[in-house]
Amino acid sequence: MLLLVQYTLIFASVLMLVALGGCFSEHSGVINLGLEGIMVIGALGGALMMRYAPAGLSSFAMIALVVLCAVGFGVIYSSLLAVASINFKADQTIVGTALNMLGTAAATVIVKAINTAANPDDVSSTIQYVNQKKAFIVNIGSFQFNWFMVIAVIALIVAYVTLYKTRFGLRLMACGEHPQAAASVGINVLKMRWAGVLISGIFGGLGGICYILAGVSEWKFENGVAGFGFLALAVMIFGQWKPQRIALAALLFGLFRALSNVYTGFNFLVALNIPSTVYNMMPYIVSLIVLAFTSGSSRAPKAEGIPYDKSTR
Amino acid sequence: MKKSIWKSNAVQSLLASLICIVLGLLIGYIVLLFINPAGAGKAIIAVIKNFMNYSRANLQLKNLGATLVKTAPLLMCALSVLFAYKVGLFNIGAAGQYTVGICASLYAALAWHWGWLACLLFAVAVSALWGTIPGLLKAYCNVNEVISGIMLNWIGLYTTNMILTNVKESTSPYTFHIANENPSAILPTLGLEKLFAGNTKVTVAVPLAIVLAIVISVILNKTRFGYELKATGGNKNAAKYAGMAEKRNIILTLAIAGALAGMGAALFYLTDYEQWQCTASSVPGMGFNGIAATFLGGLNPIGTIFSSYFIQHITTGGAYVDKTMYCSQISDLISSIIIYLCGFVLFLKFAMNSSIARREEKLAAAEKAANEQKGGDK
Repeated sequence: MLLLVQYTLIFASVLMLVALGGCFSEHSGVINLGLEGIMVIGALGGALMMRYAPAGLSSFAMIALVVLCAVGFGVIYSSLLAVASINFKADQTIVGTALNMLGTAAATVIVKAINTAANPDDVSSTIQYVNQKKAFIVNIGSFQFNWFMVIAVIALIVAYVTLYKTRFGLRLMACGEHPQAAASVGINVLKMRWAGVLISGIFGGLGGICYILAGVSEWKFENGVAGFGFLALAVMIFGQWKPQRIALAALLFGLFRALSNVYTGFNFLVALNIPSTVYNMMPYIVSLIVLAFTSGSSRAPKAEGIPYDKSTR
Repeated sequence: MKKSIWKSNAVQSLLASLICIVLGLLIGYIVLLFINPAGAGKAIIAVIKNFMNYSRANLQLKNLGATLVKTAPLLMCALSVLFAYKVGLFNIGAAGQYTVGICASLYAALAWHWGWLACLLFAVAVSALWGTIPGLLKAYCNVNEVISGIMLNWIGLYTTNMILTNVKESTSPYTFHIANENPSAILPTLGLEKLFAGNTKVTVAVPLAIVLAIVISVILNKTRFGYELKATGGNKNAAKYAGMAEKRNIILTLAIAGALAGMGAALFYLTDYEQWQCTASSVPGMGFNGIAATFLGGLNPIGTIFSSYFIQHITTGGAYVDKTMYCSQISDLISSIIIYLCGFVLFLKFAMNSSIARREEKLAAAEKAANEQKGGDK
């Protein structure tokens, strides 16, 4: 039971972080379908930091460095989306999809190059971080507490305050609702949208490193992040683009994702004799059902997905 | 005044695609340089040469055949993405529709011992049904087809693994060879193997895929049905107002897109070129490469034939890089860079058009000035 809570919380943290990223991007008016790719690149940044971090680093320094690196990679990578969709008015769906494919391909090529350079016989795309991972984890009895749970809660509070209580957040949302109106009162729409996308890069990168630290101590980059970026988008839609609701939605989705890891610990679930594949499918099926019921009445930012054009009204 | 050939849409699309290809290869080359400057030039040439890496003519032909065998499913996936895109839908679910197509065709061939035509049609039917799911969700529940498509990709992958485990070899994670179990399910070659130095994997699939590309082109451009679909894509509400069944059109489009992707799966797996690995942890890249081929082909079914070949050419070519320095995924990297660059095509065309317009204006102004001068001299 404790294990289920532990996995639910960590997966919910991942989903919430990434969904908050999507939330900022969409409120500024840019659909960020590239979150999956941003997660992969963020995870790559963090994993590389762990690989090259000097031994004997204090856990605080380790966490700070890894987080910083993941965020940095995420932000740089998200600028590819920003430049294409904001300055060049590219189709956001195509660019987002390209970023997803590019993220996995680039991470695979980079990790394989590093592994092969270190050892010519090693052609895997795996990075191991068994020892480094310990910095992130505090054992409380049999419960493995992960510092990312705290980071996720802080991120939630920061996101809520930024969006609703600051001038910046309110202006950002105006750019996603009616950019021309926002521009007419002197807001720089392009700048605001850049800010929205880069913030989604911060959160996406954080979510990525959090995801690969969730249950395992090595990551094979060929696998990407298994559709988690898109699950996060489902969480965001279910959460109606509001941080507090996103948090609740993330907990629900996290629970279903956690079940596939730990269902063998529950006698009544094992007794049902359902193949493990069904549990693997569960998060995706649940999200489809949830989307079917919530998308009809959804209240998305009005101008999302439409490139800003000064000359239209 | 003569109309400049640079103004024609086809020329501009072609030019834009060529720019994307050149830039994509260039960036790929730069990445290789970063990894290991010593062999970068050789590696990128190996990717571009693909089957021409062999020096003997019959080996070249055989490997050209192998590339064509894989081009057929890619072209079908690209057509699937293209067909939906013309109706304003982004069918990222093509990868999942392709996967359930594999599941249906292999299960029918290996478990039920059906003939190839029956297997093919079964795969088409199952994938079409799979495609109607995001269609229904989009039409009646307003669910974004990209997100539902991704979810269905994963559901399709796990389902396929689960079902095909029943027809796999006991010692490996791979499904049985069709050639051993049920030769009647293998696609007929129609004597095509003679053209490719006896490569019997080259089957009716290759010409069939090309014919279907032409059929799709005719349906989209020359029939009322195609016009209605495009009108629905242009503006759903206007289509409804004009009396078209817009919900039906959306569902039908995704069903057809699914059918095309599923057919691609059957056209590839019924050649027995490859077996399905029942422990696969991600959907085959075919569906995603189809997106690359669609946009690289300038959103034209005929253009897609060539772009599909190109994407498959470099994907297969990736296998020829020096494995002690680089990995074959470098071609995935290049094709994803190409898709990213395709996002800029609209801007490129806009830039071309405005530069032409500027030049014409200048010319006209110069002509006018010259005429006035003549007038003044008189």
